[in-house]
Amino acid sequence: MKTFEELDIRKDLSYAKTHEWAKMTGNLVRVGVDDYAQSALGDIVYVELPSVGTAANAGAAFGSLESTKAVSDLNSPVTGKIVAVNDALSDSPELVNASPYEDGWLVDIEVPDSKEFDALLKSDAYSEFVKTLDDEHS
Amino acid sequence: MRYLSHTPDDLREMMEVIGIERVEELFDSIPKNARRDSEIAIEPRSEWRLLREFEEMAQANRTGTAFIGAGSYSHHVPAHIPYLASRSEFITSYTPYQPEVSQGTLQAIFEFQTLTGSLLGMEIANASMYDGASALAEAALMAIRVKKKPKIALSRLNHPHYIQVLNTYFKPTDFETAELGALPDGRTDYGKIPEDVSAVIVQSPNFMGVVEDLAAAAEAAHAKGALLVVSFTEAMAWGLLKNPGSQGADIVCGEGKSFGIPQNFGGPGVGMLACKKDFVRTIPGRLVGQTVDKNGERSFVLTLAAREQHIRREKAVSNICTNSGHNALTAAMYMATAGKEGLREIAQINHDKAAYLKAGLERAGFKPLFDAPFFNEFALTAPAEFEKRRGELAEKGFAAGLKLDAFPEYKEYKDAYLFCATEVHTRDVLDAFLESLKFLKEVA
Amino acid sequence: MSQYPGARGLAFKEALLWERGRKGRVGISLPERDVPRSELDAGLVGDKPELPELSEVDVVRHYTRLSTWNFGVDTGTYPLGSCTMKYNPKVNERTAGLPGFANLHPMMPEDCVQGALKLMYELERDLLEITGMHAASLQPSAGAQGELAGMLMIHAYHAHKGKQRHKILMPSTAHGTNPASAALCGYVPVPVQLSPDGVVTPEAIRQVMDEETAGIMITNPNTLGIFERHIAEIAEIIHEKGGLVYGDGANLNALMGYADVEKMGIDVMHVNVHKTLSTPHGGGGPGAGPVVARDVLEPFLPVPRVKKDGDRYSLSSDAPLSIGRLHSFFGSFAVLVRALAYTRTLGKRLKDVTEMAVLNANYVKAELKDAYNLPFPQPSMHECVFNDALQHKQGVTTLDIAKRLIDFGYHPPTVYFPLVVDGALMIEPTETESKADLDGFVEALKTIAEEAGTNPEAVTNTPQNTAVIRPDEVLAARKLILRGEMPR
Repeated sequence: MKTFEELDIRKDLSYAKTHEWAKMTGNLVRVGVDDYAQSALGDIVYVELPSVGTAANAGAAFGSLESTKAVSDLNSPVTGKIVAVNDALSDSPELVNASPYEDGWLVDIEVPDSKEFDALLKSDAYSEFVKTLDDEHS
Repeated sequence: MRYLSHTPDDLREMMEVIGIERVEELFDSIPKNARRDSEIAIEPRSEWRLLREFEEMAQANRTGTAFIGAGSYSHHVPAHIPYLASRSEFITSYTPYQPEVSQGTLQAIFEFQTLTGSLLGMEIANASMYDGASALAEAALMAIRVKKKPKIALSRLNHPHYIQVLNTYFKPTDFETAELGALPDGRTDYGKIPEDVSAVIVQSPNFMGVVEDLAAAAEAAHAKGALLVVSFTEAMAWGLLKNPGSQGADIVCGEGKSFGIPQNFGGPGVGMLACKKDFVRTIPGRLVGQTVDKNGERSFVLTLAAREQHIRREKAVSNICTNSGHNALTAAMYMATAGKEGLREIAQINHDKAAYLKAGLERAGFKPLFDAPFFNEFALTAPAEFEKRRGELAEKGFAAGLKLDAFPEYKEYKDAYLFCATEVHTRDVLDAFLESLKFLKEVA
Repeated sequence: MSQYPGARGLAFKEALLWERGRKGRVGISLPERDVPRSELDAGLVGDKPELPELSEVDVVRHYTRLSTWNFGVDTGTYPLGSCTMKYNPKVNERTAGLPGFANLHPMMPEDCVQGALKLMYELERDLLEITGMHAASLQPSAGAQGELAGMLMIHAYHAHKGKQRHKILMPSTAHGTNPASAALCGYVPVPVQLSPDGVVTPEAIRQVMDEETAGIMITNPNTLGIFERHIAEIAEIIHEKGGLVYGDGANLNALMGYADVEKMGIDVMHVNVHKTLSTPHGGGGPGAGPVVARDVLEPFLPVPRVKKDGDRYSLSSDAPLSIGRLHSFFGSFAVLVRALAYTRTLGKRLKDVTEMAVLNANYVKAELKDAYNLPFPQPSMHECVFNDALQHKQGVTTLDIAKRLIDFGYHPPTVYFPLVVDGALMIEPTETESKADLDGFVEALKTIAEEAGTNPEAVTNTPQNTAVIRPDEVLAARKLILRGEMPR
């Protein structure tokens, strides 16, 4: 697992405390897991994603990531409708490890407004939060 | 004590290293209110005395010649199988957590999964369940996980003990079962499957020995959007019958004890559980997967462990941990030994013997309870005199069938008996048994 | 390291069954056809099953070679924590193989099975004598099914009292299967704070126990190998709030002759006969997990149960409050035969078993406490838990230590469990290891600790002498191959 110093926490993204990142473009929120989550889980072997058209609820699970040592729920940072899922992950779950912010994205969620998105942690606050976890761990 | 090897010198040296003077000090953390105040009142036995006592108990049983199946079948166990299976490397090892020192178990279980899949016509099979009954209960839970409807339809011709176990597993849940009744020919009635079920669960050959029409069962289940779960108690049947997978089964579960495992008064057996590949993440129990090692050598490991209890804890697909690994190994040995041709031949002979016995019983005055195809087990209604004199047959060493109306589940099958014959029943024995029934004719 | 038993290998390669097979071979003795052939309706008959075709010799060679890739208790020290890998006495096998047991059909009339029922009855008596409990059922097939039985009994008890509860207390030192067993009954596990010295305290229980909570699942000694010394007070608090105490019996090897399960306040417990009572584990079962209960839970025990009336034994399912049946027939009978052979061989000397098991664990602990970090230095019972905190800084992990031990000829301890200890190495030597074996094991672990400081590659680049080396578990899970390709 990476140390805090080694982690790549992107400035241009918003975050949930459950380690999902979110990026809003128009009325679409793209969601993935961050470098902390992928590094904590280790080699991801399977990604369970919802089908397009299902509802996503903020704070509720919409899928899961499975590594050789754990299965971890994926929580939606916003409420809306799933309009796209990253199909490449069904054959190549390792993309979540290799490229959590680009090729390893998970779903796109269509949202009515930006209220929930705006309430997510910005990268500075999230970095602080992750640092406290890192301290506890060592 | 021969299982303990410390000498007084060893003990002294060890206690010195630990820093104690008496072994009892190691138990100081057990407070008075949790302590036992008497010694264990069991007398130790020497090996020869132990054996004598056990031989006495074993001899107090009468194994005789049983014409009974009902979930446990007499089959010949080839001599090399217990010999091989008793190799201490197989018997005295634990679950293969460390693949480098357990490739023997791992490859053997991978082979068991493969052979089980082949036998049942299913894409994948797990490393085994405890027995046929728990395999059925877990298959039902699995179907509910897949289909997410809290109800299953269950043929009443499933083994009554299996239904009881399923009910035990269901009791603390909100899951419901709807019973599917029997048609006059002894097959399950698929005409009344409720709309909202996750699965239709049917046993074939069923408890009455009748071969079910699984293709029709699959069609009926799938028409309702439900999975077809096929259970079995006699794995030998698949040496002859069309396998469940080829007829549309989604999950297959059953008892594999017929393959090289002694009857042992009913246990332990080996639960077989197989399913379609799509359900791999919902199947309970251990799975062995093929991979390569650091040098690129083919090797085997436990895989998809993240579904299991020790990692997923309360979200695990099941709580099963220890299963029936050694009996799975034994069953694989049997399947490999019999092989494609051998299993077909033995299965055919099972049917032949059963047909011979059935014909003989019919000549003696028994009437078929059902007019339907059977494998090695069948139900007949007995002439009145039969029950009165069954005790005499027992004296001659014959366990003459299983009384069906003794089961609370089957009260309506009055005076009917379930009989079974397998390859171990030679013609001499069958004829001697039929001869012993001639009092029926005399009465008639 | 040439003096270590694992330093030389005799490793044969061996193909998969079907790669060895040749079309047309049959390995089984076919029964004589002494009755006419009876044709089944052609529509019901399938293709011949796609099974490999081998001779008897092929099968014997195949499995003999596979067996050489396995490490068993008969091979050497197998200190797998929480698994109690003690020596499996051979006389047990002989008793289980007696024809009167092995060939006995489970549905024979009661007259014909008196010996088998007597055996079950006697084993129940012994389990009750060893634990101090009131009633037993031999139905469960393994530890986890015994746990499930216990949870079902607690569930049925609350249902009978008229008010179901939905939570269950679960200390982090409980056994791995516990949460999943509770979940099968719909109980939500509630974590219990551990005290700094590794045990559950009455205060911690008071904070979480309420009348919505069905009870507690507690393992004693816990998975840190520490005796839960407040167990009786804890049970009292649980009972006061109308809850029940489930005791996980996997660690019974630490208690025989010393502790009284009933006095501890435990209401129901399972016994892992394939751990404490020496029945072999068989590379993953079959085991047996009988349950023993206090009188208040007796009516809920799984059925059928053995009854004795004069000299006559019978099976009874007449128990309206029972949770019902758990096994196709009467539990893992052949395993239970072995268990009784063990309790009858040892008898009151089961106390010596416990003493030596605890002595051995404490000896290993004392010998290794300078070489490895001991997160909980409290007194240990039958097992002790180290971790890799000292070695981690040198680039050596628990997994590396485990793999390196294989090179020295020892089975690795349980690793990364319990979860409350990061990088845990859980060592349970059991009573049957001699001092010489323990000394060799300790020496190997000390050497590894030394190597971690001076030459970490010697530890990480291991094992070296095994049939395979660090199989790729990630690949196995990503590209699932769960079934071989049988040639048609």
